[in-house]
Amino acid sequence: MASSTMTRSTPAISGRVALARPRGSGGQLAVAGAAVIALAIASMFVGVSDVSLPALLAGDQTAWDIFWISRVPRTISVILAGMAMSVAGLIMQLMARNKFVEPSTVGTVESASLGILVVTVAVPGASLLAKMSTATVFAAAGTALFLLVLRRIPLRNTLLVPLVGIMLGGVVAAVTTFFAYRYDLLQTLNSWMIGDFSGVLRGRYELLWIVAVLTLVGYLCADRFTMAGMGQEFSTNLGLNYNRVMTLGLIIVSLISAVVVVNIGSIPFLGLIVPNLVSIIFGDNVRRAVPWVAVFGAGFVLVCDIIGRTIRFPYEIPVGVIVSAIGSAMFLYLLLRKRESRG
Amino acid sequence: MIHVSGVSKRYGTQTVVDDVSCYIKDGGITSIIGPNGAGKSTLLSMMSRLLDMDAGSVTIDGLDVNDTPGRELARKMAILRQDNQLTVRLTVRDLVGFGRFPHHGGRPRIEDKAYIDQALDYLDLGALADKFVDELSGGQRQRAFIAMVLAQDTDYLLLDEPLNNLDMKHAVEMMRLLRRLTDELGKTVVLVIHDINFASCYSDNIVAMREGRLVHQGAPAQIMQPEVLRDVYEIDIRIEEIEGNRIGVYFA
Repeated sequence: MASSTMTRSTPAISGRVALARPRGSGGQLAVAGAAVIALAIASMFVGVSDVSLPALLAGDQTAWDIFWISRVPRTISVILAGMAMSVAGLIMQLMARNKFVEPSTVGTVESASLGILVVTVAVPGASLLAKMSTATVFAAAGTALFLLVLRRIPLRNTLLVPLVGIMLGGVVAAVTTFFAYRYDLLQTLNSWMIGDFSGVLRGRYELLWIVAVLTLVGYLCADRFTMAGMGQEFSTNLGLNYNRVMTLGLIIVSLISAVVVVNIGSIPFLGLIVPNLVSIIFGDNVRRAVPWVAVFGAGFVLVCDIIGRTIRFPYEIPVGVIVSAIGSAMFLYLLLRKRESRG
Repeated sequence: MIHVSGVSKRYGTQTVVDDVSCYIKDGGITSIIGPNGAGKSTLLSMMSRLLDMDAGSVTIDGLDVNDTPGRELARKMAILRQDNQLTVRLTVRDLVGFGRFPHHGGRPRIEDKAYIDQALDYLDLGALADKFVDELSGGQRQRAFIAMVLAQDTDYLLLDEPLNNLDMKHAVEMMRLLRRLTDELGKTVVLVIHDINFASCYSDNIVAMREGRLVHQGAPAQIMQPEVLRDVYEIDIRIEEIEGNRIGVYFA
Protein backbone atom coordinates (compact mmCIF):
# COMPACT_ATOMS: atom_id res chain seq x y z
CA MET A 1 0.00 0.00 0.00
CA ALA A 2 2.89 2.35 0.65
CA SER A 3 3.26 4.97 -2.05
CA SER A 4 6.50 6.07 -3.60
CA THR A 5 6.43 9.40 -1.79
CA MET A 6 7.00 7.75 1.57
CA THR A 7 9.57 5.12 0.65
CA ARG A 8 12.46 7.55 0.52
CA SER A 9 12.72 8.15 4.24
CA THR A 10 13.16 4.52 5.25
CA PRO A 11 16.95 4.11 5.19
CA ALA A 12 17.37 6.96 7.67
CA ILE A 13 18.19 4.70 10.61
CA SER A 14 20.44 7.36 11.98
CA GLY A 15 23.92 5.89 12.08
CA ARG A 16 23.01 3.38 14.78
CA VAL A 17 23.99 -0.22 14.35
CA ALA A 18 20.79 -2.17 14.06
CA LEU A 19 21.69 -4.85 16.59
CA ALA A 20 19.50 -7.83 17.07
CA ARG A 21 17.90 -7.11 20.40
CA PRO A 22 17.38 -9.69 23.09
CA ARG A 23 13.62 -9.75 23.17
CA GLY A 24 13.01 -11.93 26.18
CA SER A 25 11.63 -15.08 24.63
CA GLY A 26 9.76 -17.72 26.57
CA GLY A 27 12.84 -19.92 26.45
CA GLN A 28 15.05 -17.32 28.09
CA LEU A 29 12.41 -16.73 30.73
CA ALA A 30 12.35 -20.45 31.48
CA VAL A 31 16.15 -20.44 31.94
CA ALA A 32 15.89 -17.44 34.27
CA GLY A 33 13.10 -19.15 36.18
CA ALA A 34 15.25 -22.28 36.55
CA ALA A 35 18.07 -20.13 37.92
CA VAL A 36 15.71 -18.69 40.53
CA ILE A 37 14.60 -22.20 41.52
CA ALA A 38 18.25 -23.21 41.89
CA LEU A 39 18.84 -20.19 44.12
CA ALA A 40 15.74 -21.05 46.12
CA ILE A 41 17.02 -24.58 46.72
CA ALA A 42 20.41 -23.18 47.75
CA SER A 43 18.62 -20.77 50.09
CA MET A 44 16.90 -23.67 51.85
CA PHE A 45 20.24 -25.15 52.84
CA VAL A 46 21.84 -21.99 54.22
CA GLY A 47 21.55 -21.43 57.94
CA VAL A 48 22.93 -22.06 61.37
CA SER A 49 21.06 -25.28 62.11
CA ASP A 50 22.25 -28.35 60.30
CA VAL A 51 19.81 -29.02 57.51
CA SER A 52 21.70 -30.91 54.85
CA LEU A 53 20.50 -33.08 52.04
CA PRO A 54 21.95 -36.28 53.60
CA ALA A 55 20.24 -35.45 56.91
CA LEU A 56 16.91 -34.97 55.13
CA LEU A 57 17.36 -38.17 53.14
CA ALA A 58 18.24 -40.06 56.30
CA GLY A 59 14.86 -39.01 57.67
CA ASP A 60 16.27 -36.84 60.47
CA GLN A 61 13.09 -35.49 62.11
CA THR A 62 14.74 -32.33 63.54
CA ALA A 63 16.16 -31.44 60.16
CA TRP A 64 12.78 -31.96 58.47
CA ASP A 65 11.07 -29.82 61.12
CA ILE A 66 13.49 -26.93 60.61
CA PHE A 67 13.14 -27.40 56.87
CA TRP A 68 9.34 -27.10 56.89
CA ILE A 69 8.93 -24.62 59.76
CA SER A 70 11.72 -22.20 58.90
CA ARG A 71 13.62 -22.77 55.65
CA VAL A 72 10.74 -23.29 53.22
CA PRO A 73 8.59 -20.44 54.57
CA ARG A 74 11.61 -18.15 54.52
CA THR A 75 12.48 -18.99 50.93
CA ILE A 76 8.87 -18.59 49.81
CA SER A 77 8.60 -15.20 51.48
CA VAL A 78 11.88 -14.04 49.92
CA ILE A 79 10.53 -14.96 46.49
CA LEU A 80 7.09 -13.42 47.10
CA ALA A 81 8.44 -10.17 48.55
CA GLY A 82 11.11 -9.86 45.86
CA MET A 83 8.62 -10.39 43.04
CA ALA A 84 5.90 -8.18 44.45
CA MET A 85 8.04 -5.21 45.50
CA SER A 86 9.72 -5.18 42.09
CA VAL A 87 6.40 -5.27 40.24
CA ALA A 88 5.01 -2.61 42.61
CA GLY A 89 8.01 -0.44 41.66
CA LEU A 90 7.28 -0.94 37.96
CA ILE A 91 3.63 0.05 38.39
CA MET A 92 4.61 3.06 40.50
CA GLN A 93 7.00 4.19 37.77
CA LEU A 94 4.29 3.99 35.14
CA MET A 95 1.83 5.89 37.32
CA ALA A 96 4.32 8.66 38.12
CA ARG A 97 5.68 8.58 34.55
CA ASN A 98 9.16 8.57 35.99
CA LYS A 99 11.79 5.85 36.09
CA PHE A 100 13.32 6.93 39.39
CA VAL A 101 10.49 6.31 41.79
CA GLU A 102 9.41 3.27 43.76
CA PRO A 103 7.30 2.71 46.89
CA SER A 104 10.18 3.52 49.25
CA THR A 105 11.04 6.81 47.51
CA VAL A 106 7.56 8.32 47.23
CA GLY A 107 6.34 7.94 50.81
CA THR A 108 4.33 4.71 50.36
CA VAL A 109 6.52 2.63 52.65
CA GLU A 110 6.96 5.46 55.19
CA SER A 111 3.19 5.98 55.29
CA ALA A 112 2.64 2.26 55.80
CA SER A 113 5.04 2.36 58.76
CA LEU A 114 3.15 5.33 60.20
CA GLY A 115 -0.03 3.33 59.85
CA ILE A 116 1.41 0.37 61.75
CA LEU A 117 2.68 2.71 64.46
CA VAL A 118 -0.74 4.33 64.83
CA VAL A 119 -2.50 0.99 65.17
CA THR A 120 0.18 -0.32 67.56
CA VAL A 121 -0.26 2.71 69.84
CA ALA A 122 -4.04 2.98 69.55
CA VAL A 123 -4.91 -0.72 69.73
CA PRO A 124 -2.14 -2.62 71.52
CA GLY A 125 -2.21 -6.27 70.55
CA ALA A 126 -4.04 -5.63 67.29
CA SER A 127 -4.08 -8.60 64.93
CA LEU A 128 -1.72 -8.83 61.98
CA LEU A 129 -4.69 -8.34 59.68
CA ALA A 130 -5.70 -5.13 61.46
CA LYS A 131 -2.13 -3.84 61.19
CA MET A 132 -2.03 -4.67 57.51
CA SER A 133 -5.35 -3.00 56.76
CA THR A 134 -4.36 0.19 58.58
CA ALA A 135 -0.95 0.18 56.90
CA THR A 136 -2.63 -0.21 53.51
CA VAL A 137 -4.95 2.74 54.09
CA PHE A 138 -2.04 4.93 55.20
CA ALA A 139 0.12 3.75 52.30
CA ALA A 140 -2.64 4.57 49.81
CA ALA A 141 -3.12 8.02 51.35
CA GLY A 142 0.62 8.75 51.24
CA THR A 143 0.93 7.60 47.62
CA ALA A 144 -2.15 9.55 46.57
CA LEU A 145 -0.66 12.66 48.18
CA PHE A 146 2.52 12.16 46.15
CA LEU A 147 0.58 11.74 42.89
CA LEU A 148 -1.48 14.86 43.66
CA VAL A 149 1.67 16.89 44.35
CA LEU A 150 3.09 15.62 41.04
CA ARG A 151 0.05 16.88 39.16
CA ARG A 152 0.70 20.34 40.55
CA ILE A 153 4.34 20.50 39.50
CA PRO A 154 4.36 22.33 36.20
CA LEU A 155 7.86 21.27 35.16
CA ARG A 156 8.15 17.52 35.32
CA ASN A 157 11.89 17.39 35.58
CA THR A 158 13.16 13.81 35.64
CA LEU A 159 15.19 14.35 38.78
CA LEU A 160 12.70 16.62 40.53
CA VAL A 161 10.04 13.92 40.71
CA PRO A 162 12.02 11.44 42.86
CA LEU A 163 13.27 14.35 44.98
CA VAL A 164 9.71 15.40 45.74
CA GLY A 165 8.93 11.82 46.69
CA ILE A 166 11.97 11.48 48.94
CA MET A 167 11.12 14.76 50.70
CA LEU A 168 7.53 13.67 51.18
CA GLY A 169 8.67 10.31 52.53
CA GLY A 170 11.15 12.13 54.77
CA VAL A 171 8.41 14.25 56.33
CA VAL A 172 6.22 11.20 56.99
CA ALA A 173 9.21 9.27 58.39
CA ALA A 174 10.06 12.19 60.69
CA VAL A 175 6.53 12.22 62.11
CA THR A 176 6.68 8.46 62.55
CA THR A 177 10.06 8.57 64.28
CA PHE A 178 8.90 11.35 66.62
CA PHE A 179 5.87 9.42 67.83
CA ALA A 180 7.81 6.16 67.97
CA TYR A 181 10.30 7.95 70.21
CA ARG A 182 7.54 9.37 72.45
CA TYR A 183 5.90 5.97 72.80
CA ASP A 184 9.19 4.16 73.19
CA LEU A 185 8.68 2.12 70.02
CA LEU A 186 11.86 3.00 68.13
CA GLN A 187 13.08 -0.60 68.30
CA THR A 188 9.82 -1.87 66.87
CA LEU A 189 9.88 0.81 64.18
CA ASN A 190 13.29 -0.42 63.07
CA SER A 191 11.91 -3.87 62.41
CA TRP A 192 9.49 -2.39 59.85
CA MET A 193 12.00 -0.08 58.26
CA ILE A 194 14.71 -2.67 57.68
CA GLY A 195 13.52 -5.76 55.88
CA ASP A 196 14.55 -9.00 57.54
CA PHE A 197 13.47 -12.53 56.75
CA SER A 198 14.91 -14.12 59.89
CA GLY A 199 11.59 -13.94 61.72
CA VAL A 200 9.68 -15.81 59.05
CA LEU A 201 8.21 -19.05 60.39
CA ARG A 202 5.39 -21.33 59.35
CA GLY A 203 2.09 -19.91 60.58
CA ARG A 204 3.41 -16.35 60.63
CA TYR A 205 4.00 -15.48 56.99
CA GLU A 206 1.02 -16.90 55.10
CA LEU A 207 -0.63 -13.50 54.63
CA LEU A 208 2.27 -12.71 52.33
CA TRP A 209 0.59 -14.88 49.70
CA ILE A 210 -1.75 -11.89 49.13
CA VAL A 211 1.04 -10.20 47.20
CA ALA A 212 1.22 -13.12 44.78
CA VAL A 213 -2.42 -12.44 43.85
CA LEU A 214 -1.72 -8.70 43.52
CA THR A 215 1.28 -9.36 41.29
CA LEU A 216 -0.94 -11.49 39.08
CA VAL A 217 -3.56 -8.71 38.89
CA GLY A 218 -0.75 -6.32 37.92
CA TYR A 219 0.19 -8.70 35.12
CA LEU A 220 -3.37 -9.09 33.87
CA CYS A 221 -3.84 -5.30 33.73
CA ALA A 222 -0.39 -4.78 32.22
CA ASP A 223 -1.61 -3.14 29.01
CA ARG A 224 -3.70 -0.66 30.93
CA PHE A 225 -0.76 0.40 33.09
CA THR A 226 1.41 0.85 30.01
CA MET A 227 -1.22 3.12 28.46
CA ALA A 228 -1.65 5.06 31.70
CA GLY A 229 2.13 5.43 31.64
CA MET A 230 1.77 7.29 28.36
CA GLY A 231 -0.38 9.95 29.98
CA GLN A 232 -3.98 10.89 30.51
CA GLU A 233 -4.64 12.26 27.02
CA PHE A 234 -3.06 9.25 25.40
CA SER A 235 -5.18 6.90 27.51
CA THR A 236 -8.35 8.86 26.87
CA ASN A 237 -7.81 8.66 23.12
CA LEU A 238 -7.67 4.88 23.41
CA GLY A 239 -10.90 4.81 25.37
CA LEU A 240 -9.26 3.93 28.69
CA ASN A 241 -10.70 5.21 31.96
CA TYR A 242 -7.50 6.84 33.21
CA ASN A 243 -8.67 7.57 36.75
CA ARG A 244 -9.89 4.02 37.24
CA VAL A 245 -6.53 2.57 36.14
CA MET A 246 -4.67 4.98 38.42
CA THR A 247 -6.87 3.96 41.34
CA LEU A 248 -6.26 0.29 40.65
CA GLY A 249 -2.51 0.93 40.50
CA LEU A 250 -2.67 2.86 43.76
CA ILE A 251 -4.45 -0.02 45.48
CA ILE A 252 -2.00 -2.64 44.16
CA VAL A 253 1.11 -0.64 45.10
CA SER A 254 -0.21 0.31 48.54
CA LEU A 255 -1.38 -3.19 49.41
CA ILE A 256 1.86 -4.83 48.30
CA SER A 257 3.95 -2.29 50.22
CA ALA A 258 1.84 -2.57 53.36
CA VAL A 259 1.81 -6.37 53.38
CA VAL A 260 5.55 -6.58 52.83
CA VAL A 261 6.35 -3.91 55.45
CA VAL A 262 4.15 -5.59 58.08
CA ASN A 263 5.51 -9.08 57.45
CA ILE A 264 9.11 -8.48 56.41
CA GLY A 265 9.96 -4.79 56.65
CA SER A 266 10.98 -2.35 53.96
CA ILE A 267 13.27 -3.52 51.15
CA PRO A 268 14.40 -0.20 49.70
CA PHE A 269 15.52 0.35 46.09
CA LEU A 270 14.31 -3.05 44.98
CA GLY A 271 11.36 -1.64 43.02
CA LEU A 272 13.71 0.85 41.47
CA ILE A 273 16.63 -1.16 40.19
CA VAL A 274 14.88 -4.32 39.03
CA PRO A 275 12.37 -2.64 36.65
CA ASN A 276 15.10 -0.32 35.36
CA LEU A 277 17.42 -3.20 34.55
CA VAL A 278 14.59 -5.03 32.81
CA SER A 279 13.62 -1.88 30.94
CA ILE A 280 17.15 -1.37 29.63
CA ILE A 281 17.18 -4.91 28.29
CA PHE A 282 13.60 -5.51 27.16
CA GLY A 283 11.83 -2.14 27.01
CA ASP A 284 8.66 -1.29 28.86
CA ASN A 285 5.85 -3.21 27.34
CA VAL A 286 4.54 -4.23 30.71
CA ARG A 287 2.90 -7.42 29.55
CA ARG A 288 6.32 -8.62 28.50
CA ALA A 289 8.22 -6.94 31.33
CA VAL A 290 6.20 -8.12 34.34
CA PRO A 291 7.35 -11.77 34.24
CA TRP A 292 10.96 -10.63 33.89
CA VAL A 293 10.66 -8.08 36.66
CA ALA A 294 9.16 -10.75 38.89
CA VAL A 295 11.91 -13.28 38.10
CA PHE A 296 14.74 -10.73 38.44
CA GLY A 297 13.25 -9.40 41.68
CA ALA A 298 12.94 -12.84 43.24
CA GLY A 299 16.44 -13.81 42.15
CA PHE A 300 18.00 -10.56 43.36
CA VAL A 301 16.48 -10.78 46.85
CA LEU A 302 17.38 -14.48 47.08
CA VAL A 303 21.01 -13.61 46.34
CA CYS A 304 20.98 -10.73 48.83
CA ASP A 305 19.38 -12.88 51.51
CA ILE A 306 21.95 -15.64 51.00
CA ILE A 307 24.76 -13.07 51.18
CA GLY A 308 23.23 -11.62 54.35
CA ARG A 309 23.22 -15.06 55.97
CA THR A 310 26.72 -16.12 54.96
CA ILE A 311 28.87 -12.97 55.09
CA ARG A 312 29.11 -12.93 58.92
CA PHE A 313 28.14 -16.53 59.53
CA PRO A 314 26.72 -17.61 61.99
CA TYR A 315 25.32 -14.08 62.45
CA GLU A 316 22.87 -12.55 60.01
CA ILE A 317 22.75 -9.14 58.31
CA PRO A 318 19.17 -8.04 57.50
CA VAL A 319 18.38 -8.33 53.81
CA GLY A 320 17.21 -4.69 53.77
CA VAL A 321 20.76 -3.58 54.52
CA ILE A 322 22.28 -5.70 51.76
CA VAL A 323 19.68 -4.65 49.17
CA SER A 324 20.14 -0.98 50.14
CA ALA A 325 23.91 -1.18 49.82
CA ILE A 326 23.81 -2.80 46.38
CA GLY A 327 20.69 -0.88 45.37
CA SER A 328 21.96 2.60 46.19
CA ALA A 329 25.10 1.98 44.15
CA MET A 330 23.01 0.81 41.22
CA PHE A 331 20.64 3.77 41.64
CA LEU A 332 23.59 6.16 41.33
CA TYR A 333 24.79 4.29 38.26
CA LEU A 334 21.35 4.55 36.63
CA LEU A 335 21.12 8.28 37.38
CA LEU A 336 24.55 9.01 35.93
CA ARG A 337 23.97 6.77 32.95
CA LYS A 338 20.76 8.64 32.16
CA ARG A 339 22.52 11.96 32.25
CA GLU A 340 25.31 10.78 29.99
CA SER A 341 22.95 9.55 27.32
CA ARG A 342 21.09 12.85 27.41
CA GLY A 343 24.07 15.15 27.13
CA MET B 1 -20.25 14.52 10.47
CA ILE B 2 -18.87 16.53 13.37
CA HIS B 3 -21.33 19.04 14.76
CA VAL B 4 -19.95 21.66 17.14
CA SER B 5 -22.70 23.63 18.77
CA GLY B 6 -22.23 26.69 20.97
CA VAL B 7 -19.02 25.42 22.58
CA SER B 8 -17.31 27.63 25.17
CA LYS B 9 -14.37 27.28 27.53
CA ARG B 10 -13.46 29.70 30.29
CA TYR B 11 -10.50 29.83 32.63
CA GLY B 12 -11.47 32.16 35.46
CA THR B 13 -12.63 35.37 33.82
CA GLN B 14 -10.88 34.64 30.54
CA THR B 15 -12.92 33.10 27.76
CA VAL B 16 -10.61 30.94 25.65
CA VAL B 17 -13.26 29.54 23.31
CA ASP B 18 -16.37 31.65 22.92
CA ASP B 19 -19.60 30.15 21.61
CA VAL B 20 -18.16 28.31 18.60
CA SER B 21 -20.49 26.45 16.27
CA CYS B 22 -19.64 24.67 13.05
CA TYR B 23 -20.29 21.61 10.90
CA ILE B 24 -17.47 19.50 9.59
CA LYS B 25 -18.75 17.25 6.86
CA ASP B 26 -17.46 13.75 6.23
CA GLY B 27 -14.35 13.25 4.14
CA GLY B 28 -11.57 15.66 3.37
CA ILE B 29 -9.20 17.74 5.44
CA THR B 30 -10.38 20.58 7.63
CA SER B 31 -7.68 22.94 8.90
CA ILE B 32 -8.18 25.14 11.93
CA ILE B 33 -6.01 28.26 11.59
CA GLY B 34 -5.59 31.44 13.58
CA PRO B 35 -3.05 33.41 15.62
CA ASN B 36 -1.58 32.21 18.92
CA GLY B 37 -4.11 32.16 21.70
CA ALA B 38 -7.07 31.99 19.32
CA GLY B 39 -8.32 28.84 21.07
CA LYS B 40 -7.61 26.38 18.24
CA SER B 41 -6.07 23.61 20.33
CA THR B 42 -8.59 24.16 23.11
CA LEU B 43 -11.43 23.70 20.63
CA LEU B 44 -9.82 20.54 19.24
CA SER B 45 -9.34 19.18 22.78
CA MET B 46 -13.02 19.73 23.55
CA MET B 47 -14.08 18.13 20.27
CA SER B 48 -12.10 15.06 21.27
CA ARG B 49 -13.26 14.96 24.93
CA LEU B 50 -9.76 15.55 26.29
CA LEU B 51 -11.07 18.73 27.87
CA ASP B 52 -14.47 19.42 29.43
CA MET B 53 -16.47 22.21 27.88
CA ASP B 54 -18.24 24.88 29.94
CA ALA B 55 -21.09 25.26 27.48
CA GLY B 56 -22.33 23.71 24.24
CA SER B 57 -22.01 20.24 22.81
CA VAL B 58 -20.11 18.28 20.19
CA THR B 59 -21.51 15.29 18.36
CA ILE B 60 -19.58 12.97 16.09
CA ASP B 61 -21.83 10.92 13.84
CA GLY B 62 -24.59 11.68 16.32
CA LEU B 63 -22.56 10.52 19.36
CA ASP B 64 -22.29 13.19 22.02
CA VAL B 65 -18.62 13.26 23.04
CA ASN B 66 -19.51 14.11 26.64
CA ASP B 67 -21.63 11.07 27.41
CA THR B 68 -20.58 8.40 24.92
CA PRO B 69 -18.51 5.63 26.55
CA GLY B 70 -14.80 6.22 26.02
CA ARG B 71 -14.14 3.01 24.16
CA GLU B 72 -17.05 3.47 21.76
CA LEU B 73 -15.80 6.96 20.95
CA ALA B 74 -12.26 5.63 20.58
CA ARG B 75 -13.47 3.41 17.72
CA LYS B 76 -15.00 6.42 15.98
CA MET B 77 -12.41 9.13 16.49
CA ALA B 78 -8.70 9.33 17.23
CA ILE B 79 -6.90 12.36 18.61
CA LEU B 80 -3.17 13.00 18.53
CA ARG B 81 -1.70 15.87 20.54
CA GLN B 82 1.52 17.63 19.70
CA ASP B 83 3.68 16.63 22.66
CA ASN B 84 4.06 12.90 22.50
CA GLN B 85 7.29 12.29 24.35
CA LEU B 86 7.01 8.82 25.82
CA THR B 87 8.36 8.07 29.26
CA VAL B 88 7.65 4.45 28.50
CA ARG B 89 10.12 2.53 26.35
CA LEU B 90 8.12 0.80 23.64
CA THR B 91 8.92 -0.65 20.26
CA VAL B 92 7.19 0.89 17.26
CA ARG B 93 5.14 -2.27 16.79
CA ASP B 94 4.00 -2.26 20.42
CA LEU B 95 3.03 1.40 20.18
CA VAL B 96 1.04 0.85 17.00
CA GLY B 97 -0.52 -2.20 18.63
CA PHE B 98 -2.06 -0.03 21.34
CA GLY B 99 -4.17 1.56 18.62
CA ARG B 100 -6.13 -1.70 18.60
CA PHE B 101 -7.00 -1.49 22.30
CA PRO B 102 -10.41 0.17 21.80
CA HIS B 103 -11.37 -2.79 19.59
CA HIS B 104 -10.10 -5.73 21.63
CA GLY B 105 -10.03 -4.29 25.15
CA GLY B 106 -6.81 -6.04 26.13
CA ARG B 107 -7.30 -9.39 24.39
CA PRO B 108 -5.75 -9.08 20.92
CA ARG B 109 -7.24 -11.24 18.21
CA ILE B 110 -5.67 -12.43 14.98
CA GLU B 111 -7.29 -9.72 12.85
CA ASP B 112 -5.73 -7.05 15.07
CA LYS B 113 -2.29 -8.09 13.86
CA ALA B 114 -3.40 -7.51 10.27
CA TYR B 115 -4.45 -3.96 11.14
CA ILE B 116 -1.10 -3.32 12.84
CA ASP B 117 0.88 -4.66 9.87
CA GLN B 118 -1.22 -2.61 7.48
CA ALA B 119 -0.68 0.57 9.46
CA LEU B 120 3.08 -0.08 9.64
CA ASP B 121 3.14 -0.72 5.89
CA TYR B 122 1.10 2.36 5.10
CA LEU B 123 3.58 4.56 6.95
CA ASP B 124 6.55 2.62 5.67
CA LEU B 125 7.65 1.66 9.16
CA GLY B 126 8.23 -2.02 8.42
CA ALA B 127 12.01 -1.76 8.82
CA LEU B 128 11.67 0.19 12.06
CA ALA B 129 8.92 -1.91 13.62
CA ASP B 130 11.17 -3.53 16.22
CA LYS B 131 13.13 -0.42 17.18
CA PHE B 132 12.33 1.46 20.34
CA VAL B 133 10.37 4.66 19.74
CA ASP B 134 12.96 6.72 21.66
CA GLU B 135 15.60 5.70 19.13
CA LEU B 136 13.75 7.26 16.20
CA SER B 137 14.20 10.69 14.65
CA GLY B 138 11.47 13.31 15.07
CA GLY B 139 9.88 12.61 11.71
CA GLN B 140 9.94 8.85 12.18
CA ARG B 141 8.43 9.19 15.63
CA GLN B 142 5.61 11.34 14.31
CA ARG B 143 4.92 8.67 11.70
CA ALA B 144 4.87 5.98 14.38
CA PHE B 145 2.17 7.88 16.26
CA ILE B 146 0.16 8.40 13.08
CA ALA B 147 0.47 4.66 12.44
CA MET B 148 -0.96 4.04 15.89
CA VAL B 149 -4.05 6.16 15.28
CA LEU B 150 -4.34 4.57 11.84
CA ALA B 151 -4.41 1.12 13.45
CA GLN B 152 -7.15 2.52 15.65
CA ASP B 153 -9.19 2.41 12.45
CA THR B 154 -11.42 5.41 13.13
CA ASP B 155 -13.43 7.44 10.62
CA TYR B 156 -12.27 10.67 12.19
CA LEU B 157 -8.72 11.77 12.85
CA LEU B 158 -8.04 14.88 14.92
CA LEU B 159 -4.47 16.19 14.96
CA ASP B 160 -3.10 19.04 17.02
CA GLU B 161 -0.26 20.73 15.12
CA PRO B 162 1.05 17.58 13.42
CA LEU B 163 3.76 19.62 11.67
CA ASN B 164 5.26 20.88 14.90
CA ASN B 165 9.02 20.19 15.03
CA LEU B 166 9.08 18.74 11.53
CA ASP B 167 11.46 20.10 8.90
CA MET B 168 10.18 21.03 5.44
CA LYS B 169 10.69 17.62 3.93
CA HIS B 170 8.89 15.82 6.73
CA ALA B 171 6.17 18.46 6.92
CA VAL B 172 5.37 17.97 3.22
CA GLU B 173 5.43 14.21 3.64
CA MET B 174 3.03 14.47 6.57
CA MET B 175 0.56 16.61 4.62
CA ARG B 176 0.73 14.29 1.61
CA LEU B 177 0.10 11.40 3.90
CA LEU B 178 -2.96 13.06 5.41
CA ARG B 179 -4.18 13.76 1.88
CA ARG B 180 -3.80 10.08 1.05
CA LEU B 181 -5.65 9.07 4.19
CA THR B 182 -8.64 11.11 3.09
CA ASP B 183 -8.46 10.30 -0.63
CA GLU B 184 -7.67 6.58 -0.39
CA LEU B 185 -9.18 5.56 2.92
CA GLY B 186 -12.03 8.05 3.12
CA LYS B 187 -11.02 9.43 6.52
CA THR B 188 -12.14 12.77 7.86
CA VAL B 189 -9.11 14.71 9.11
CA VAL B 190 -9.30 17.81 11.30
CA LEU B 191 -6.04 19.49 12.19
CA VAL B 192 -4.76 22.58 13.92
CA ILE B 193 -2.08 24.14 11.77
CA HIS B 194 -0.03 27.35 11.83
CA ASP B 195 1.21 27.44 8.27
CA ILE B 196 -1.58 29.01 6.19
CA ASN B 197 0.04 27.90 2.95
CA PHE B 198 0.00 24.25 3.93
CA ALA B 199 -3.63 24.77 4.92
CA SER B 200 -4.33 26.38 1.56
CA CYS B 201 -2.65 23.65 -0.52
CA TYR B 202 -3.93 20.57 1.28
CA SER B 203 -7.29 21.39 2.88
CA ASP B 204 -10.81 21.07 1.62
CA ASN B 205 -12.12 23.35 4.30
CA ILE B 206 -10.55 26.00 6.54
CA VAL B 207 -11.87 27.20 9.87
CA ALA B 208 -10.33 30.49 11.03
CA MET B 209 -10.39 31.53 14.68
CA ARG B 210 -9.45 34.69 16.52
CA GLU B 211 -9.77 35.47 20.23
CA GLY B 212 -11.79 32.34 20.90
CA ARG B 213 -14.34 32.97 18.18
CA LEU B 214 -14.85 31.31 14.82
CA VAL B 215 -14.50 34.24 12.44
CA HIS B 216 -14.43 32.61 8.99
CA GLN B 217 -15.09 29.23 7.50
CA GLY B 218 -14.92 28.08 3.90
CA ALA B 219 -12.93 26.54 1.07
CA PRO B 220 -9.27 27.62 0.76
CA ALA B 221 -10.16 29.94 -2.13
CA GLN B 222 -12.60 31.79 0.10
CA ILE B 223 -10.29 32.05 3.10
CA MET B 224 -7.09 32.82 1.22
CA GLN B 225 -8.12 36.42 0.54
CA PRO B 226 -6.12 39.44 1.77
CA GLU B 227 -9.11 40.99 3.55
CA VAL B 228 -10.11 37.71 5.25
CA LEU B 229 -6.56 36.99 6.44
CA ARG B 230 -6.18 40.59 7.62
CA ASP B 231 -9.29 40.10 9.71
CA VAL B 232 -7.85 36.89 11.21
CA TYR B 233 -4.17 37.79 11.69
CA GLU B 234 -4.23 41.61 11.64
CA ILE B 235 -1.39 41.78 9.13
CA ASP B 236 -1.34 42.41 5.37
CA ILE B 237 -0.84 39.21 3.43
CA ARG B 238 -0.47 39.28 -0.33
CA ILE B 239 -2.03 36.35 -2.14
CA GLU B 240 -0.29 34.88 -5.20
CA GLU B 241 -1.64 32.10 -7.36
CA ILE B 242 1.12 29.55 -7.96
CA GLU B 243 0.37 26.34 -9.85
CA GLY B 244 -3.28 26.57 -8.98
CA ASN B 245 -2.68 27.08 -5.26
CA ARG B 246 -3.28 30.32 -3.44
CA ILE B 247 -0.14 31.21 -1.51
CA GLY B 248 0.04 33.91 1.12
CA VAL B 249 3.19 36.04 1.10
CA TYR B 250 3.80 37.58 4.50
CA PHE B 251 7.55 37.58 4.85
CA ALA B 252 8.06 41.25 4.00
